[in-house]
Amino acid sequence: MNVFYSVCLVLVILSMLGLLYRVWKGPSVPDRLVALDAIGVMLISAIALLSILFDTPFFIDAILLIAIMSFIGTVSFSKFIERGEIIERGPNR
Amino acid sequence: MDLIADIIIVLLVTVGIIFTIVTVIGILRLPDVYTRAHAASKSATLGVMSLLLGVFLHFWWNEGHFSVALLLGIVFLFITSPIGGHLMTRAAYMSGVEPTDLTVGDDLEEAVIEQRIESDKNTPDDK
Repeated sequence: MNVFYSVCLVLVILSMLGLLYRVWKGPSVPDRLVALDAIGVMLISAIALLSILFDTPFFIDAILLIAIMSFIGTVSFSKFIERGEIIERGPNR
Repeated sequence: MDLIADIIIVLLVTVGIIFTIVTVIGILRLPDVYTRAHAASKSATLGVMSLLLGVFLHFWWNEGHFSVALLLGIVFLFITSPIGGHLMTRAAYMSGVEPTDLTVGDDLEEAVIEQRIESDKNTPDDK
């Protein structure tokens, strides 16, 4: 079983490397944003597989934390790309 | 019983890994940012949800540890990932990223122009 989970972990990490290529190359900024969001999602799967491999349930809180952080990062990045600022203080929102 | 549990867990994890790889192939090979976001937001969500469900069942059946945090993570990903995909494509459209030449139509363009005219009309001149 451990071999199976190790192979899955290696596949997930190779996928993250493939996404890093898109982050580096991507022709526009939203391309890089899409790839970064997918990297956050794959980090969650990598940590889930690691918690099986290390045989401990303590990594699971990190999964929740990374999910929340990745969502906040995506929202603020896309708002920055769309409007040029993140926290607006104008009368016209 | 143990064997059936292992088979179900391995199936779920394998489905998750397959969807993850499909996501990467889509992001690397599709032509523009909208199709890439289409690949990333849907199949990555399904893949990570299936994999997390497998891990949850592993901890429940093999270790006897019912992890509520993992279930909460699955629900949270299911809610937030489509929202993130929508926001990213909206930001890409509003910042003026050109779609690929294969695109057939652009219905959003007229709506955006209409809204711009409307908001220009409503803005007071002394501002």
